[in-house]
Amino acid sequence: MTTTPAFAGWRFRQPSVIPGFGLTLGFSLAYLTLIILIPLSGLVWRSASLGWTDFLAIATDRRTLKALEISFGTAFIAAAINVVFGTVVAWVLVRYRFPGRRVIDAMVDLPFALPTAVAGIALTTLYSPKGWMGALLAPLGIKVAYTPLGIVIALIFIGLPFVVRTVQPIIEEIDKEVEEAAATLGANRFQTITKVLFPGLAPAVITGFALAFARGVGEYGSVIFIAGNLPYVSEIAPLLIVIRLEEYDYAAATAIATIMLALSFLMLLVINLIQSRTRKRYG
Amino acid sequence: MEVRVSNVRKEFDRFPALRDVSLDIRSGELIALLGPSGSGKTTLLRLIAGLERPTRGTIFFGDEDASNRTIQQRNVGFVFQHYALFRHMTVADNIGFGLKVRPAAKRPTRAEIRARASELLDLVQLSGLEKRYPAQLSGGQRQRVALARAMAIEPKVLLLDEPFGALDAQVRRELRRWLREIHDATGHTTIFVTHDQEEALELADRVVVMSQGRIEQIGTADEVYDTPNSPFVYGFIGESSSLPVKVEDGQVWISDRPIGLSTPDLGDGEATLYFRPHDIELLDDCNGCIAGTLAASRRVAGTRRVELEIGGARERVEIELPVGHPAAQKSRVAFRPKRWKLFPKEG
Repeated sequence: MTTTPAFAGWRFRQPSVIPGFGLTLGFSLAYLTLIILIPLSGLVWRSASLGWTDFLAIATDRRTLKALEISFGTAFIAAAINVVFGTVVAWVLVRYRFPGRRVIDAMVDLPFALPTAVAGIALTTLYSPKGWMGALLAPLGIKVAYTPLGIVIALIFIGLPFVVRTVQPIIEEIDKEVEEAAATLGANRFQTITKVLFPGLAPAVITGFALAFARGVGEYGSVIFIAGNLPYVSEIAPLLIVIRLEEYDYAAATAIATIMLALSFLMLLVINLIQSRTRKRYG
Repeated sequence: MEVRVSNVRKEFDRFPALRDVSLDIRSGELIALLGPSGSGKTTLLRLIAGLERPTRGTIFFGDEDASNRTIQQRNVGFVFQHYALFRHMTVADNIGFGLKVRPAAKRPTRAEIRARASELLDLVQLSGLEKRYPAQLSGGQRQRVALARAMAIEPKVLLLDEPFGALDAQVRRELRRWLREIHDATGHTTIFVTHDQEEALELADRVVVMSQGRIEQIGTADEVYDTPNSPFVYGFIGESSSLPVKVEDGQVWISDRPIGLSTPDLGDGEATLYFRPHDIELLDDCNGCIAGTLAASRRVAGTRRVELEIGGARERVEIELPVGHPAAQKSRVAFRPKRWKLFPKEG
């Protein structure tokens, strides 16, 4: 062959003959640059003005570390809980027909639409030691409001629809024949669900987890009402950023934000990698 | 394992999908359920598997009433039309699934399961693909994995729902021959559903022809092809032509002409004459024959298919002539069916 490849090593998959590849790719890149890339690089730029020693000093400050730990820790726990119960909710909504199903289906989206501050105030009222739920839990020695547990509950509320809405369509797609095949092969209902159906849902569940987790890390409005915001105990990183801003300490605020950004990006990247591996296998 | 279907009726929302069906299947037999869509063949298969419950009637496995047994206990191998493979499992895991979910006391060891899976992969001629996922297989390969998976549990009965329906013609023919070989080698009682008569006739020991929730005829390929017992079977299996006729004094008439066929057993009245387009003799002089004017002529593979208009009512029938036969050039053709059957008009 006499032809030599134009790009050695770099190869694009040939786009289809339908036109639009250049245009749409160009538009996507320009759009993402304007909306996401420029603001975020501004953030990094601003914190870079600090210099390494100052940056490290803020990053390793005990209050910063604790706030990050609380933010990521509670978001992780909340996402994990949401994955379990969100999948159950999605399953019930898809598989069973009962009166009020549509209403419940619509209700799942409410946390999307509700101003998060409203959710936070409502949850605080319920779970404060004098509230309905809080009064029930107080005798058991469980304190919800003004503790990290309260943050977890707020994040569960916020993250639920992400899991339900990503898993639901996949459950709808499950082929009835696959369940029947498992039954004819001798699997009981429990084995069918745990060995056949749930593994098939894994990619969607991971996506739902990633979304709920990412949302939880960035959540501010609902958390600050229920958290009590005690430094080192229930102060989340986004709140610490706001506090620094109010102190006109922009450099510290952007430094914390940059660390959050890097951590979030890293975790989402890992989740995406896990996911693309499972996706590839299942085809 | 013998399977006996006894007076089974199945309704879906009061709509009868099966009406009073009875069927005896001998151990080791290869049976085809053949019929057009909506004839109830898949419903019958699913009832045998236990995937549906009969509205009335009983299904026996051997001497035992299978109604008391759950799907899991019936131990049937079911191959689904769209394979229904577990896509998050490798080929080997798919095949081993039925063994892996057994209760601990009856479960083979991991090594045994793996050995059984590769043994079955050899049988279905897919050795070396253990580690693949279903998404990485072709349609024909998936079908074979589905069959291996069904056979792994050593089923008493193997049930296949349109096993080759989604495959292209070439692969289909190949798999058909191969399924016959596997059946002969393993000796499982096998029932498969198909709407493809060629498949049913070629593959099965006995064919069960179904229509509108009823069994029309049960017989070997020869029986259902050569002696169909109803107009439906005549029309559904193989090519056929039909003509409205009259029976008088044991003679068959078309309008006012006798056509030289006698039927001593049939009473007087209107009837329909069925015959195969290729099973005719051409006549030169029409002394008791069917004669018609040539309306159309088509070349079909090795023969010529000729359409004739018969009598004043211009009823059209098709007959087959050898290519190059002079009759195809004439405007008027006379013939008499060599083998035929009369069905009295209903009602």
